[in-house]
Amino acid sequence: MKLSVKALGLAAAGVVAAGILTAVSAAEISGAGATFPYPIYAKWADAYKQVSGNSLNYQSIGSGGGIKQISANTVTFGASDKPLTPEELDKAGLAQFPTVMGGVVPVVNLSGINPGDLVLDGPTLADIFLGKISQWDDAAIKKLNPSLSLPSQAIAIVHRSDGSGTTFIFTNYLSKLSKEWADSVGSNTAVQWPAGIGAKGNEGVAANVGQTAGSIGYVEYAYAKQNKLTFTKMVNHEGQTVSPTADAFTAAASGADWSHAKGFYMILTDQPGAQSWPITAATFILMQRRPSDQTASIEALKFFDWAYANGDQMATDLDYIPMPDSVVKLIHDYWKESIKGSTGSPIYSGSM
Amino acid sequence: MTEAAMPESVATPTLDTGRLAAARRFSRNDRFFFRLTQTCAFAVLAILAGVMISLAFGAAPALSEFGLGFLWTDSWNPVTGKFGAVAPIYGTVITSAIAMVIAVPVGLGIATFLTELCPQVLRRPIGIAIELLAGVPSIIYGIWGLFVLAPILQRTLQPWLIGIFHDIPLLNALFAGPPYGIGILTAGIILAIMVLPFISSITRDVFEAVPPMLKESAYGLGCTRREVIWKVVLPYARVGVTGGVMLALGRALGETMAVTFVIGNAHRISASILAPGTTISASIANEFTEAVEDIYTSSLIALGLILFIITFLVLAAARYMLLRIEKKSGG
Repeated sequence: MKLSVKALGLAAAGVVAAGILTAVSAAEISGAGATFPYPIYAKWADAYKQVSGNSLNYQSIGSGGGIKQISANTVTFGASDKPLTPEELDKAGLAQFPTVMGGVVPVVNLSGINPGDLVLDGPTLADIFLGKISQWDDAAIKKLNPSLSLPSQAIAIVHRSDGSGTTFIFTNYLSKLSKEWADSVGSNTAVQWPAGIGAKGNEGVAANVGQTAGSIGYVEYAYAKQNKLTFTKMVNHEGQTVSPTADAFTAAASGADWSHAKGFYMILTDQPGAQSWPITAATFILMQRRPSDQTASIEALKFFDWAYANGDQMATDLDYIPMPDSVVKLIHDYWKESIKGSTGSPIYSGSM
Repeated sequence: MTEAAMPESVATPTLDTGRLAAARRFSRNDRFFFRLTQTCAFAVLAILAGVMISLAFGAAPALSEFGLGFLWTDSWNPVTGKFGAVAPIYGTVITSAIAMVIAVPVGLGIATFLTELCPQVLRRPIGIAIELLAGVPSIIYGIWGLFVLAPILQRTLQPWLIGIFHDIPLLNALFAGPPYGIGILTAGIILAIMVLPFISSITRDVFEAVPPMLKESAYGLGCTRREVIWKVVLPYARVGVTGGVMLALGRALGETMAVTFVIGNAHRISASILAPGTTISASIANEFTEAVEDIYTSSLIALGLILFIITFLVLAAARYMLLRIEKKSGG
């Protein structure tokens, strides 16, 4: 009974939140969704308020929540780390564009192994998370790390227990590199993990990896960096060994051909380019194509326009990768052709 | 007020109507009071029915899709949209059982010590400490469990358990696997600590309600302290004690936050209690906000409905048990 009360409470909170969001949408920009870009959205919003006086109310409730809220039209924009396919966008009457990019990195806890010492590739990583490789001194790992002395220790797998865009990016990468992973597990914000323990949030994974000897997990790059976790290097699409750095994320992003991505449906995992970090991803904004509250939607587009023009440094400071100018140009064109008012004319076309 | 009205009515018969009016007013007030309290009591039934109905509505898509098989399928796959409840049900039942095995004897011990054996000066401090334990928010237990208890168990208890039961059949399967630190057993221990105050403070209160006369009579007959506690205090207080245990069990079944932190959140059933698992409430808390597909959300609500029913059955069984005990001792 305790639980059902909680579930009801959650539902009630959702209804109240939705009510508040609808009520204030005329006065301020309201958005909800992904937790991954929350720090940069908050920072942009703060800076934007100082220059424009308009405030942004962003609820970081998770990518799935963002998709739900914008589909129900209770917010001006939704945010998701998992892009919707062009078909899904058409079906829901939504427009989609990327804001910033970031990287997901595998982290390990092995005594004597320092950050960047261990090298892994996609198929090996998939076999580890499938439970097929269960010891650190397995031949497949040894082959990638001939110079390291790997302990004969069981691998403890740590994954996210809550639905997460980070999980989507990670499982998407594994699906691309391992047919067995694609067939038996697949990719989504939550999957049926074949092995390991689940931890809540990036913090939970970081904490569990930090205190479990012989463990491996995956977190957003910023968490690995801030918590000084032992990240691994990865072998990328070109067979090059790369470290997770801002340059490697940018390299992955720059190789991407956004101009042919319908509805900006683009998943940046396993991108070509010698320097590209293979587990890179963009995070997305979802908006109604025919917004019922045009004023609020124009304000939201103005905010993102301002952020593309002025927010790059703030994003870099927080370990995000800003969108290249060429992509921002595409986004402006996209706004013109897809987000329209009741008369059928674009509601906002961008300043650049 | 009636006394004041009495002499007047005797003196003047015309005031009879006044008396009648007063009596009517009293009876009206009484009826009003009756209705008011009755409404409050029935409101509980209405709320319970409301919860039940909304859960049933929410769970309907999942139950019609998977049928009764939902109860014994162990797939929980958001990618393919195949869901089954057996892993979280198993986790819920096992963690609560572990919690009860630890908390019931300890809780009874605490209550016995506090009421019968403890020096007066220590009674209040220990009693207050136990009640404080009940006031600690569950998220604090979760954080403490993850950062303090789990590493300790990982280094000490778990390798020890794996070591000593290594060669004993059955038990080596029960205590197998890498010592993660977190898992079913850790969740059970955290739950035991959390429900301990419920058992011990309720038990203490009912122990204190045992008439001193009964105990003194037993002592007079030459009983030892142990005999008085076992043969007089415990049997006299068993209804209250059972009530406290049931309340604790209810909390253990439904506890969410603390369990989510330390259970490992894996939708699997393992023979080993050191392995990660999940409970119904932990699954819902973890996955509800991100469950986009309708069937996913509906499956989570169906889990909620199952927990509701489990809790109801447990409480009904407890009532039935109490009824039988009372009949036995009565006849």
